[in-house]
Amino acid sequence: MSDNTALRDLPAYEAARGEADHPHSAVVRFGADMPLQLDAGGVLTPFQIAYQTYGTLNAARSNAILLCHALSGDQHAANVHPVTGKPGWWETLVGPGKPIDTDRFFVIASNVLGGCLGTTGPSSTNPATGQPYGLDLPVVTIRDMVRAQAMLVDHLGIEKLLAVVGGSMGGMQVLQWAASYPERVFAAMPIATAARHSAQNIAFHEVGRQAVMADPEWRGGRYLQEGTSPRRGLSVARMAAHITYMSDSSLHRKFGRRLQDRDGHTFSFDADFQVESYLRHQGEAFVDRFDANSYLYVTRAMDYFDLAADYGGVLANAFKGSKTRFCLVSFTSDWLFTTADSRAIVHALNASGAQVSFAEIESDKGHDSFLLDEPEFFAITRGFIDAAARAVGAL
Amino acid sequence: MAARDLTMSEAARVAGARVDLLLIAEMVKPGSRVLDVGSGDGELLELLATTRGCDARGIELSREGVNAGVARGLPIIQGDADVDLADYPDNSFDYVILSQTIQATRRPKWVLEQMLRVGTHAIVSFPNFGFWRMRLDLLLNGRMPSTENLPYSWHDTPNIHFCTIRDFVALVEEVGAQIDRAAALNGYGHPVRFNLPWAVWNLLGEQAVFLLSRKG
Repeated sequence: MSDNTALRDLPAYEAARGEADHPHSAVVRFGADMPLQLDAGGVLTPFQIAYQTYGTLNAARSNAILLCHALSGDQHAANVHPVTGKPGWWETLVGPGKPIDTDRFFVIASNVLGGCLGTTGPSSTNPATGQPYGLDLPVVTIRDMVRAQAMLVDHLGIEKLLAVVGGSMGGMQVLQWAASYPERVFAAMPIATAARHSAQNIAFHEVGRQAVMADPEWRGGRYLQEGTSPRRGLSVARMAAHITYMSDSSLHRKFGRRLQDRDGHTFSFDADFQVESYLRHQGEAFVDRFDANSYLYVTRAMDYFDLAADYGGVLANAFKGSKTRFCLVSFTSDWLFTTADSRAIVHALNASGAQVSFAEIESDKGHDSFLLDEPEFFAITRGFIDAAARAVGAL
Repeated sequence: MAARDLTMSEAARVAGARVDLLLIAEMVKPGSRVLDVGSGDGELLELLATTRGCDARGIELSREGVNAGVARGLPIIQGDADVDLADYPDNSFDYVILSQTIQATRRPKWVLEQMLRVGTHAIVSFPNFGFWRMRLDLLLNGRMPSTENLPYSWHDTPNIHFCTIRDFVALVEEVGAQIDRAAALNGYGHPVRFNLPWAVWNLLGEQAVFLLSRKG
């Protein structure tokens, strides 16, 4: 490895980098006898999945719930994050006595394929070279992620999941689970998601990727080998994306036009406004825990997602004859994954005869609502999960 | 609970449900697939699931109703009967129910046609505007009737398409459906039990419930 000075000043970044091969998580390694088929063609082998579990699997193995994380999430859904020291991203929803009650359910959360917290991704070491994969890792899809998760669920000895739950990109995985493995999913809860990524959302992702790749420190994806880090590019990508996770009104309520620790405009390009300072902070914090190449891979997987396209262009065919029960949730102020996106899935599920609930939650907090304190959303989640558990006799 | 026939008094004990809902539940064969259009927070869905063993699903316009029902574990979707019935395939349910809602739809005839397309049977209950007290109210006061069950004023009401029992029977004929069963509830919530002509039902029934199917 060449000059590493830039990295030595960045302990958090180093900590995150260390998670790629040796995470603070349970890890299952799949050897040459269990290759992962990829949509891009060929196989990935060997590979590993990093995961966390909460609660206890019952004797009938009927109380397992799989959580699927969003673009910037990971397997640390309900425990303190090993890199940031912050609470898990879904501790609002998951834990003892919470709507997804770890006193009663066995909850599994795994890092997605292409991620950077211990499941094989571009920052993992390529066994063929001893170097990080970088862009040598094949582009992965949502279906690849789910195929890998199914191998994890097999490994845990679970034939049928009580529920698969996820928001945003996690919701895409939930839909893919229900389509690919209908007999293994009793209940599916896709939240704030869509059956295909819209042109607008692809466009936002492209802005983010271009920001990363325009950073000279990206080095054609070989920054780990070259001891650089495209922090600025990834930070800008995160700043742009973060705006899409909020709503106009939530940004206004939080910041308005208020100034950051100053009495007037500085007539410069400093972060005069609180909203600027906030976004810069979001970008910086993200860079400390996330790998730039992972950002490229995972956003790409979302862009490629179009469930209907795999079923002759008819979304209902993806769920034909499905016995899975669904509960979809959208949030009024979410303009990234809108109520109309959820409704399109509901229409398809109705057409396929599946049992479906659909609730729209009033919230002005935008797409991120599914990660925040939304009592009505919690009540619905608890009601849906408990009803499913009663139906399979797991309560 | 296993699917079985129940008497109205049994069902009332089980669920404490409204009499008109019990009348509807009685018309539904145990174990059937039911879509309740305008399901509110799911009172009828729960009654059908627990006492009749039905696979009962709902559509409800109000967000509050949907969210309360889904939080109770009931399969309800937020949607508009006037539009969303078109999304369901033919014959996807044994019964499609419209309880106390037809008068609030924009297109009652279209809704009824869709119900009979989506379901083998349709069950419709509605407040009868031909009820003698309504007629008397209008005759004596000269104002649009407003009752305990229908407290809205004419200009601020979700109920935009009131009809009488005879109006409804005419609509059933117009859409080419047949009446398999009918029941009326008098002003005390008791069934009008006698096999009387429509004109009499139309006077004595405060509410009516019809079980319909496609002709032929």
